[in-house]
Amino acid sequence: MQSIAVLLTVGLVAFSLFRYVGDPINAMVGQDTTMEQREELRTKLGLNDSAPIQFARFIYNASRGNFGLSYRTSEPVGRLILERMPATLELSLCAALFVLFIGVPMGVYTGLYPKHWSSRLLQAVSLIGISLPTFLIGILLILVFAVSLHWLPSFGRGETVQIGWWTTNFLTWSGLKALILPSITLGLFQLTLIMRLVRSEMLEVMRTDYIKFARARGLTNRAINFGHALKNTLVPVITVAGLQLGALIAFAIVTETVFAWPGVGQLFIQSVQFSDIPVMAAYLLLIGLLFVLINLTVDLLYFAVDPRLRSQGGARVAGH
Amino acid sequence: MTTPSAPSGWLHRVTDSDVWWSFKSSPMTVIAAAATIFIVVVAFLSPVLAPHTPFDPATLSLSDGLKPPVLVSNDGDWIFPLGTDDQGRDVLSSIMYGTRLSLEVGLASVIVAMVLGIALGLVSGYFGGTIDAVIMRIADVQLTFPAILVALLIDGVVRGLISVQRHDEIALFVIVGAIGLSFWVSYARTVRGSVMVEKNKEYVQAARVIGLSPVLIMVRHVLPNVTGPVLVIATINLGLAIITEATLSFLGVGLPSTEPSLGTLIRLGNEVLQSGEWWITVFPGITLAALVLAVNLLGDWLRDALNPNLR
Repeated sequence: MQSIAVLLTVGLVAFSLFRYVGDPINAMVGQDTTMEQREELRTKLGLNDSAPIQFARFIYNASRGNFGLSYRTSEPVGRLILERMPATLELSLCAALFVLFIGVPMGVYTGLYPKHWSSRLLQAVSLIGISLPTFLIGILLILVFAVSLHWLPSFGRGETVQIGWWTTNFLTWSGLKALILPSITLGLFQLTLIMRLVRSEMLEVMRTDYIKFARARGLTNRAINFGHALKNTLVPVITVAGLQLGALIAFAIVTETVFAWPGVGQLFIQSVQFSDIPVMAAYLLLIGLLFVLINLTVDLLYFAVDPRLRSQGGARVAGH
Repeated sequence: MTTPSAPSGWLHRVTDSDVWWSFKSSPMTVIAAAATIFIVVVAFLSPVLAPHTPFDPATLSLSDGLKPPVLVSNDGDWIFPLGTDDQGRDVLSSIMYGTRLSLEVGLASVIVAMVLGIALGLVSGYFGGTIDAVIMRIADVQLTFPAILVALLIDGVVRGLISVQRHDEIALFVIVGAIGLSFWVSYARTVRGSVMVEKNKEYVQAARVIGLSPVLIMVRHVLPNVTGPVLVIATINLGLAIITEATLSFLGVGLPSTEPSLGTLIRLGNEVLQSGEWWITVFPGITLAALVLAVNLLGDWLRDALNPNLR
């Protein structure tokens, strides 16, 4: 229910943007266009119809992936976004993997050995990581690894391979190399967040009785740390990780600008600068949909990791 | 919440308090506070302290352009200790003016968010019912989206509504409004929660019985109870607001380059980064990071110090 409410509200906001902000005709045509030509274009774009009809048409078209023409390039918005979607999704996916496979082990380690000097160091560094804005991290990485050391490219996707309508970075060497710096930039903030969360959850769990009991049973440290302790930190970690996946896609806007990455975020920034409302509206709807999907997946994952919820016969998770 | 008349009594009240004790016993916090005060004072005194006026074209000379910092290169010049950019503007002075602008935008947008959030939170918690449901639903939906996205959207909409020239003139207000509108939710939620607890207590009922107006009850009797948490959120939001402004300016949708904040300076420097002029980007970047780190440390400490559960 919550998800549907969110989607409807977002749809309404997107439509009001689409319909009432700015004069799209002025943005599309030059100074020397006659009034008749303007009027013709207006009719062609359907801007002369009444508001409810336009809203109905907007929702109907949006559900079929049709968001009208971009005011800036006069191309279909749906195609513009579809062309750029793979770049953003691959970048976000790599960043998410980076966060999970580096952040969770770091959190486990600092949670198991909180007094060790390396844990203290990681903890201090993570505070600095939270205070550095994303774009600054990107610039510093470019400065070190691209400008000074010439190891990695500083902009673009490198060579990509086309599979159907999807373009992928994963199949060429230069494409993979181009992914490294943007993924680290995008993931670093979330990495520190996940690390701190796993750490505090681990600290909490390690104090509980069942961990002491597991030790008394003579289980190996490995089985205790990963089988018992980590498993019980997963519910809050999944909640936050889900929220952060959404944030990753949103913050891709910044990373894509720094690395000239041809993704949806870059498209969105250009559309904000030119006030290209159809693209902004479509992007907004898309992000809303993604957030809703992520939330649903997170809810389903609760059942996968927490057997207690399964035995309650599908009672809704509350209070997490 | 009474203020003693003598200033010495006021000073004693501060030095005797728990908060002051917790402040003194945390060296990190003292350093962070000192750094914050230093940056704020230098930034606001920049017209007096800055060696150059970087945005007065009459004082600029292109022959001074792209000088590296003194300490790393023999080409440097002590007149420009941190080097100059491609237009011959002194980087140190640009940073001082830029920091002032960043701080002004950050503080102003925190105040906008705070006033809006407190007002909506008070109304929502005090009256309840439909108005509460509507406000909190809006808050829920907005919370699904990261603040930077909300600020970008608002900025994009305003750009669509007014002409480009007008936009440059009022860019400052647009940015403050956009950031303010994207951060109000946390205040509203906190205030609403406290109001719902407080409004059923005897002293509020008593105030209602004497016939005070709801506005007066909310402002004079309920509001003082939430100053602590609100202050904590404000401090943490100040860091976020400064980062958000810098990010927007970096993306080129913030303040115009005629009036550069730290974010704009970093963007301008980023354009020449590939040719090796790192100082134009790095020094504003360090300043921004130091400012945000100091403010965040203060916010962390304040949250712990004002939380009775942790004492």
